[in-house]
Amino acid sequence: MEGSIALLGFGEGGWGPSIASGVLVTVSLALATLPVGLAIGFFVALGKQSPERSVKLAANMYTTIFRGLPELLTLFVVYFGAQIGIQKLGQLLGYQGSIEINSFIAGMFALGVVFSSYASEVFLSAFRAIPKGQYEGGYAIGLSNGQTMRKVILPQLIRIALPGLANLWMILLKDTALVSAIGLADILRQTGVAARVTKHAFLFFGVACMIYLVLAILSSFVIDAIERSSAKSGVKR
Amino acid sequence: MTESFINARPATVIRPPAPPKKWTRGRVVGHLLVGLWIALLVGLLIYLYSAWNPELIAKYGPTYLAGLKTTIGLVGSSILLGAVISIPVALGRMSKNRIASSIAYAYVYFFRGTPLIAQVFLFYYGLGSFKPQLEAVGLWTFFREAWYCALLAFALNTAAYQAEILRGAVRSVPLGQWEGAASLGISKFVTFWKVILPQALIVALRPYGNEIILMIKGSAIVALITVYDLMGYTRLAYSRTFDFQAYLWAAIIYLILVEIIRHIWDWLERRITRHLIR
Repeated sequence: MEGSIALLGFGEGGWGPSIASGVLVTVSLALATLPVGLAIGFFVALGKQSPERSVKLAANMYTTIFRGLPELLTLFVVYFGAQIGIQKLGQLLGYQGSIEINSFIAGMFALGVVFSSYASEVFLSAFRAIPKGQYEGGYAIGLSNGQTMRKVILPQLIRIALPGLANLWMILLKDTALVSAIGLADILRQTGVAARVTKHAFLFFGVACMIYLVLAILSSFVIDAIERSSAKSGVKR
Repeated sequence: MTESFINARPATVIRPPAPPKKWTRGRVVGHLLVGLWIALLVGLLIYLYSAWNPELIAKYGPTYLAGLKTTIGLVGSSILLGAVISIPVALGRMSKNRIASSIAYAYVYFFRGTPLIAQVFLFYYGLGSFKPQLEAVGLWTFFREAWYCALLAFALNTAAYQAEILRGAVRSVPLGQWEGAASLGISKFVTFWKVILPQALIVALRPYGNEIILMIKGSAIVALITVYDLMGYTRLAYSRTFDFQAYLWAAIIYLILVEIIRHIWDWLERRITRHLIR
């Protein structure tokens, strides 16, 4: 027991610092992915509820493809594909050296794409929950299309979509563990290294699971706070 | 006079032709986006055609098929095993006994709150550090195999999700159904089996389908613990050839697999909710 505390500690021979840096990488990756995924997801949802059939088709193809692919495969396709693509581009421009893709950027992009395809469904059902009269009311008082969207629809949309998005955030947090496969030093990678070196695999992977649990519990507190504050601004019934 | 005037009207009213659709900004953007998708797909086809290498296909094609079989076998057996495990977990979640319900809650919280990949690592590498103890109990031959470890981790993971699906579905059946059956003198077990479960399963059908699709997608991670499923053979082919089409073929196969399941599920849902359509 004391031995394992020393292994996890921050002192000599302790893996505390490297695991802590892994936590930082995981959290920052998830936080960096969130706005990307939300923005893409919102526009894909707008496309899905567009009256224009071609826009709808394009948006639906996006979701079908990125919801159907395993996240790990998407990650590899983005990571290796972008590497090859940029290498080819570099050769066209006369650059002969090898180009490395930042695994953080690749992870952010791949997870963002997956997140956005799920988020678009959440946004879409939230859009459907907002009555048409809200748009009409906005136009009637002379707001433009964009203004109606920003000032009338979006505040309600976020409130309705919040539980679904909170769920997706939890999934995103867990999916970040996959980036350890492309060499990003996140929680799982760091604990994996520690497990290999010290041969205490159960301890370190158990710790990794516990850290993810703690992150999930912490985010559920934050989400509760956000939900409470957004409910305050809602209609009192 | 008036009659001929009436008769002069044509029998069918010829409507004026619909006004041509305007090229609004949305429509232009939509066509551009669809064009982009088509260009991407055509580009993919051209790439796969130009990179077509019969030798490569002959060498790695059968391995992909074997990998697909492993993937389907793993997902199928873990879903079934998970369904069996999920029943006591769901009963525990719904039970009034504090201890049983908190144990079930902790189980569900752990398996839903941690990444599947971390659980798989915990089972495969983690339990490997208890080799002497496991050998003593005679379970080492089981935990030595990556496939069995993956199966166990997957089954326990999907059991947690399935338990929640089952619980939600049973909860969604109104209490009056229980009371109605009780008033007819039907025992609780028969009520559950013949009255509640058929209604609950309709509610649970869609989440179950989603869970299967999630498991198919999630199963790709077993490639990281040396199980040769579809993803495992893909990685093998890529590491030997450095040919990017290895990943593209895998993507196509996974996409087809998921779409097949999705369409089967849509059909199933239409079929078993026929009586609900008014």
